[in-house]
Amino acid sequence: MIKDKLSRTPVSQQPLIVKKEEEGGIGSFVEVEINGRKIQVQMGTTILEACRQNNIHIPTLCYHEDLCLAGLCRICVVEIEGMRTLQAACTYPITNKLKIQTTSEKVRKARRHILDLLLSEHYGECYSCHRNGNCELQSLAKEYGVDGYKFGHITERRHTVDRSSYSVIRDMDKCVLCKRCVRTCIDLQEVGVLEATHRGYDTTISTFYDKPLADVICINCGQCINRCPTAALKANDPSDEIWVAIDNPKKHVVIQTAPSPRASIGEEFGLPPGHSMTKQLNTALRWIGFDKVFDTNFTADLTIMEEGTELLNRLKKKLVEGDNNIKLPQFTSCSPGWVKYIEHFYPDYLDYLSTCKSPQQMFGALIKTFYAQENNIAPEDIVTVALMPCSAKKFECNRPEMHSSGFKDVDYGLTTREMAQMIREAGINLPDLEGSGFDDPFGDASGAGLIFGATGGVMEAALRTVYEIVTGREVPFKNLEITPCRGFEGVRQASVKLEGTLPEWNFLEGVDLNFMIAHGTANAKKVMEALVRGELENIHFIEVMACPGGCIGGGGQPIPTSPEIRKKRAEAIYNEDRGLEVRKSHQNPHIKYIYEKFLIDGPCGHISHKLLHTHYVKRGKFIA
Amino acid sequence: MPIMNDTIQFNVGEHRLALEKALKLTPQDIVMEIREAGLKGRGGAGFPTGTKWLLALSAVAEKKFVICNADEGEPGTFKDRVLLDEYTNLVIDGMTIGGYAIQATEGIIYLRGEYKYLLNKLERFLDEKRENNQLGNNILGTGFNFDIKIRLGSGAYVCGEETALIESLEGHRGEARNRPPFPVNTGFMGYPTIVNNVETFASAAIIISKGADWFKKIGISKSYGTKLVSISGDCKKPGVYEVPFGISIRDLLKMVEADEAKAVQVGGASGQCVPESQFDRKISFEDLSTGGSVMIFNKSRDMLHILKNFMEFFVEESCGQCSPCRIGNKKLLEGIELIEQGKCSYTYLNELIELGKSMQLASKCGLGQSSPNPFISILTNFENEVFSTK
Repeated sequence: MIKDKLSRTPVSQQPLIVKKEEEGGIGSFVEVEINGRKIQVQMGTTILEACRQNNIHIPTLCYHEDLCLAGLCRICVVEIEGMRTLQAACTYPITNKLKIQTTSEKVRKARRHILDLLLSEHYGECYSCHRNGNCELQSLAKEYGVDGYKFGHITERRHTVDRSSYSVIRDMDKCVLCKRCVRTCIDLQEVGVLEATHRGYDTTISTFYDKPLADVICINCGQCINRCPTAALKANDPSDEIWVAIDNPKKHVVIQTAPSPRASIGEEFGLPPGHSMTKQLNTALRWIGFDKVFDTNFTADLTIMEEGTELLNRLKKKLVEGDNNIKLPQFTSCSPGWVKYIEHFYPDYLDYLSTCKSPQQMFGALIKTFYAQENNIAPEDIVTVALMPCSAKKFECNRPEMHSSGFKDVDYGLTTREMAQMIREAGINLPDLEGSGFDDPFGDASGAGLIFGATGGVMEAALRTVYEIVTGREVPFKNLEITPCRGFEGVRQASVKLEGTLPEWNFLEGVDLNFMIAHGTANAKKVMEALVRGELENIHFIEVMACPGGCIGGGGQPIPTSPEIRKKRAEAIYNEDRGLEVRKSHQNPHIKYIYEKFLIDGPCGHISHKLLHTHYVKRGKFIA
Repeated sequence: MPIMNDTIQFNVGEHRLALEKALKLTPQDIVMEIREAGLKGRGGAGFPTGTKWLLALSAVAEKKFVICNADEGEPGTFKDRVLLDEYTNLVIDGMTIGGYAIQATEGIIYLRGEYKYLLNKLERFLDEKRENNQLGNNILGTGFNFDIKIRLGSGAYVCGEETALIESLEGHRGEARNRPPFPVNTGFMGYPTIVNNVETFASAAIIISKGADWFKKIGISKSYGTKLVSISGDCKKPGVYEVPFGISIRDLLKMVEADEAKAVQVGGASGQCVPESQFDRKISFEDLSTGGSVMIFNKSRDMLHILKNFMEFFVEESCGQCSPCRIGNKKLLEGIELIEQGKCSYTYLNELIELGKSMQLASKCGLGQSSPNPFISILTNFENEVFSTK
């Protein structure tokens, strides 16, 4: 079992952790005085945490719950009695009795000075900025009553905007150098595309040799966007082109919506995290002018059929036929960030990846073939939009191999944030809407497809189907809730014993089906390293999602994000699954229909191979 | 070649037995002796060396490190170069004693990139020490193992700050870390580490050699012993001098025959600018603290020009990590340019001085906390001169 470290933080940036008394530590609590209030806190708690636990507000900018401590913006400074200088609340661990002032004159003045300095270097105005209303710098300026630029304000651009990437746009003139993106890329995701370069006043966040983002080994996960406090990073927004398509009466514009945006889009309209907006979203999309609203969960179910069959085929070939060229464990391939990660970082291990396309791309291929035929629409007149929680999906739909329909299978990948913006622009307040269902023929989906949105969901969905195919019985978990798949531990491992198999699957009798789940590429790296070391020989199936938390924490999701928010979004998805009638992919009637009518040679058959499977590129880390 | 002028304590022959003597003591005894002597860090910050060593000694870890900060980068400081060149044995023995005192097995000299020409000489010297069994395994038959390697800096001023130095040694960008945790707990590669200035190690060897009581006879209360100062600028006899703590600026100026001095910058670019009216102030930790730099300016010098030079230095040398230092220094420099153009109002100047004070309070490391010093002291002490000509 691969142990999941509590924190990937460099030792030097970890807060001091003092053992609790019952764990053999010395007295575990310490009393501090904050603004005259006496407060008991656990040893090693940072001043910021102590203040938050007691509803004392400390402004922050570089601090982020998901990231290691930096302590560099200095906006959170507080005064500690007896100390010459102010201390950053976010990094200072409490280990002895301290008297802390969070709003003394020195503190307020220093914070205001820091804010004025940051604003003097921050290009542009709030009203021409896509983060208007959701910008941490703007909030701070409001909090401190900034009504002018005390130390001037730059009026000329100093950097060109990097629009090279299909997924992420970088505007360094908006950057406040909080290094959240750097810490996200290096520490949280362990990709390491972004780093500070130059020194002093010339410091800037840059890529390898300042190359365009498209030319370096960025995996497009967009986690940096989710954590950027300002508008320095954003997704590549195609909504203008989508409006044009909607406005064009000749175009048949269809949209597929992934499971996790519906669990999070309410946040963009002021709802607390954890409110599913599935039905209201459908109505809004129709009001906006999409001709058909489909559910990506349908192709998630299809993915389970294809990927589950592929797994069983691999097992059969390896265990029965003794074919040693078959690679196991099989890795999932629905996360385009993860796919690009493995292409860059482990190019010699691409045979372990399932050849299945992601649900988004399967959908695109089906719409411009099966759907076009059934409805007599010329595929060239169809525009397919995919509402995704993801920035990497934008890259994925532009991959040259994604033309199996003869056309670009998915025309546009749209993030949850961009969709919310389109809805706002259409004058709709989402929570006010009456709900409506999805359109046929891809309207009904199972709960298995729905839970794809959370880490472990693909595995759970696959197990619900594979177990039943092999044994003819339901997977032995109460309410079909395969709890070992759930949760947020970085790497999870579990197994299900296959017993009482059907004759066809006799070779699996008594076999423990061992599976692993990893989310966030830093955890994927741990799994891959174990694979390289040869430690995963008895593992059969591994789910990897590039983003922490899976799709609900995707790079296209509403900002902000935090472990708590991701947990709420996941709960919303699991709750919705619980209430559905069909919760197993193979029982989705439309899935049965499409295998009868269109994909007639079955899962992993000839037609499905042409339309639903793909191949990968050995990218490596070579940067031209 | 650099030469140290009149010496008080740094007599090589006399301290030859410091290491041998130290290894006969217990680590605790050494730390107590250093504490008793009241030795404070010679690099500029003046942290009590004995306390630092005691903390590192009491830290429990499988490995500990001793780092000699030879990244002498403060403008106007060149005394460590002399120590490394002419008093190498004292420095190396001081490091070994420090290693024994905190029970470390590895030492690293972080040598300023510009001092690369000393590298071969130092390496040869370390080889010699190894041959004489004063470094390596089982030093002088006592069972104590300690060896020293040399790493070169690459010219960043901030890497003289101890945590930035450690980051640089680990192969990262030279940027200061958060403290706590302090290096004595979590230093190089996460292990307890002492980082001391070259002169501090040499002084420690002297204390072990001659005893704390002898050491405390020199200097003034709270600032015992002697200080090496590197004096430059408008004087007839610039160079490195060993002076007792408590010496006044006036006496220093007399010593180096600076007759026309108008201002003395004590402590390098990040130090204080002392006007003639304050020449009775003393070099000591309680008054004018210096890592060694003393720069003399005579009546022909333009103070604003000097200040601008310093601020350009800080804008360039800030690591760029924390906002007060990265942007603040630039704003102070722009203020100086406004003064030059006769466009800086008193209101704005006062705003900048207040900004400087915030930088002193809120910057992450010593660089940003001290970079406004020359701005504030020159514009306060020489306000009339600066504004009368502009």
